[in-house]
Amino acid sequence: MEEIITLDYGSGGRKTARLIEKLLVPAFSNPALDSLGDGAIIEGAERLAFSTDSFVVDPIFFPGGDIGKLAVCGTVNDLAVCGAAPKYLSLALILEEGLPMRELETVVASIQKAAESAGVQIVTGDTKVVEKGRGDKLYINTAGIGFVKYPGLSPRSIRAGDAVIVSGTVGDHGTAVMLARSGMMEGELCSDCAALNGLCEAVLSTGAAVRVLRDPTRGGVATTLNEFIEGGELGIILDEEKIPVRPQVQAACDMLGLDPLYCANEGKLLAVVDASDAECVLAAMRETDAGRDAAVIGKVSAETPGRLVLQTAFGGRRILQKLTGAQLPRIC
Amino acid sequence: MPWDKRRTENVLREIREDLPGPLNLMEVCGTHTMAIAKSGLKAMLPPGIRLLSGPGCPVCVTPPQVIDAVLELSMEKDVLLTSYGDMLRVPGSRAGDSLLRRKALGAQIETVYSPVDAVELALRHPEKQVVFLGVGFETTAPGTAAAVLTAQEKGAKNFSVWSMLKCVEPALRTLIQSEVFLVDGFLCPGHVASIIGARGFAFLPEEYGLPAVVAGFEPEDILLAVSRLVRQLAEHRPRLENAYPRAVSEHGNRLAQQMLETCFERRFDLWRGLGGIGESGLQLKPALRDFDAELRFKVSYPETETKTPCRCGDVITGRCSPEDCPLFGKRCTPEDPVGPCMVSSEGACAATWKYKGA
Repeated sequence: MEEIITLDYGSGGRKTARLIEKLLVPAFSNPALDSLGDGAIIEGAERLAFSTDSFVVDPIFFPGGDIGKLAVCGTVNDLAVCGAAPKYLSLALILEEGLPMRELETVVASIQKAAESAGVQIVTGDTKVVEKGRGDKLYINTAGIGFVKYPGLSPRSIRAGDAVIVSGTVGDHGTAVMLARSGMMEGELCSDCAALNGLCEAVLSTGAAVRVLRDPTRGGVATTLNEFIEGGELGIILDEEKIPVRPQVQAACDMLGLDPLYCANEGKLLAVVDASDAECVLAAMRETDAGRDAAVIGKVSAETPGRLVLQTAFGGRRILQKLTGAQLPRIC
Repeated sequence: MPWDKRRTENVLREIREDLPGPLNLMEVCGTHTMAIAKSGLKAMLPPGIRLLSGPGCPVCVTPPQVIDAVLELSMEKDVLLTSYGDMLRVPGSRAGDSLLRRKALGAQIETVYSPVDAVELALRHPEKQVVFLGVGFETTAPGTAAAVLTAQEKGAKNFSVWSMLKCVEPALRTLIQSEVFLVDGFLCPGHVASIIGARGFAFLPEEYGLPAVVAGFEPEDILLAVSRLVRQLAEHRPRLENAYPRAVSEHGNRLAQQMLETCFERRFDLWRGLGGIGESGLQLKPALRDFDAELRFKVSYPETETKTPCRCGDVITGRCSPEDCPLFGKRCTPEDPVGPCMVSSEGACAATWKYKGA
């Protein structure tokens, strides 16, 4: 009979211990974790970046990744865009009764691999099991600590004339998950789920005047750029023709009535940099795997205060607002 | 897609040269409304041309009392409602009450991409009553017909369709005959025309002397159709033109028409903004009534228009622009919509809000 997660695994008793000792500790083994204290004692630094994120993606496996990889990359990226080198993660699993053990093992292996390649250690964690029907297979929360290496990144430091750069094609993750959920166009689209600490380091170590970095996850590029300029004296003008979008993503978006600029990314970086440094940042990005398709997509401008404006490929102009509610596929 | 900018410039110049005076042109289809807003086309046209959004967003023309009845049905214990995503946010007569809210309260509601998926769902859940909310015009009606025929063939007795399907022609006739009618020419919906044929819009010039151009959905297609309408109006020669021949034929898709013929018959139906219109809705034929959700669940709703401060009705009849509505952008936003025109991504209000020209 297939081994499944039962409520016992969340009891805090022997089965919980077995899950921790047999599955989790071997996967992430390091001195801070192996001591299995209530909290991990870790080496410090003067300035720390600290972040947390919860992951509830459905389906838990999708082309290009799974909930485990996402849970590592998501928090790593939140730290990296603060100018920090991500070091330690916590891992909290909320399991639904009935989850096949095999699936959990696959997710854990994926977490292990993602953590290793991002250079972070999982040093503390927690496991709970909820009754069947009270959760959706598997929820993960990760919190992370990074050591701040490049302080001072902030949307408040952007200036008129700055260049807006994206590290690659937009909307890949959102559309891949949406299509995986619908069972359509399988294999055609892949999530971009990736850790961005290498890319951030590549950009920041150039010494370029980088104002702000952000990974445009839920709400997409349009929502993140709006956050940069909200309520301020400056706006951003994007050039639709310069924004890299995979043809498959565009096709899927057209079919579902979505907009790639509002679809989630899980492995893309937005950077606002001094215009004179744009070429150097672009070159640094393009040398990394995650930044091969990097492009300058727009500029900061005093012309449209507080507004994100898209110069359409057709020759018109329109305002891009923040995403409202979830993107829902439309009728025809 | 890279546009041929020079060609666009040429068409725009032609429009400027031909323009006989201020014109109101109505795009009937919600997808046109979206494409116009998304491409920033309105701002490129000469100021004399006003593009009005017609009654072509299927969600927007569904009246509030029907939504109320849907919300009521959603709370039935064994009922699983299936629908296109747009329907989930549409408020009934009480602002804020929608299928999305009902779902959070425990109603079983699934978004489907095709009505046939709803039949599959019914086969997988024989213990549930799976109801598909059939919304749309002639474009989506064949898909709904296919679902009913599939359910019949596979014996999915727990599947039914609540048909809110509507036909474009009777609505346009009602609009044209209404007291305040301000439209000089129609951009006809390419999707609907691909089913019923370009001929389906010949009544506009032939009976009403109104220019009609069937248009595709790329901004270039729409611009071209606008230029043809302007030319017709400049020449005082209203006629039917098909500017979307790559998808639309003279007589349309016979197979789809046959499916509609097999499954549906016309009925009196309610439209938001237009009221009750005879022979404007589609209901299942007597032989397929077993799959009719309205009969199965003895659904009823008042056949009079419900009062609401929202001016969606005026917006979709071209009597006002979204910005003219006192609720627009204030009490009514995409986050907290009062009217369906703000809900559906195809709605004129949502498109105006989302893609405001810069």
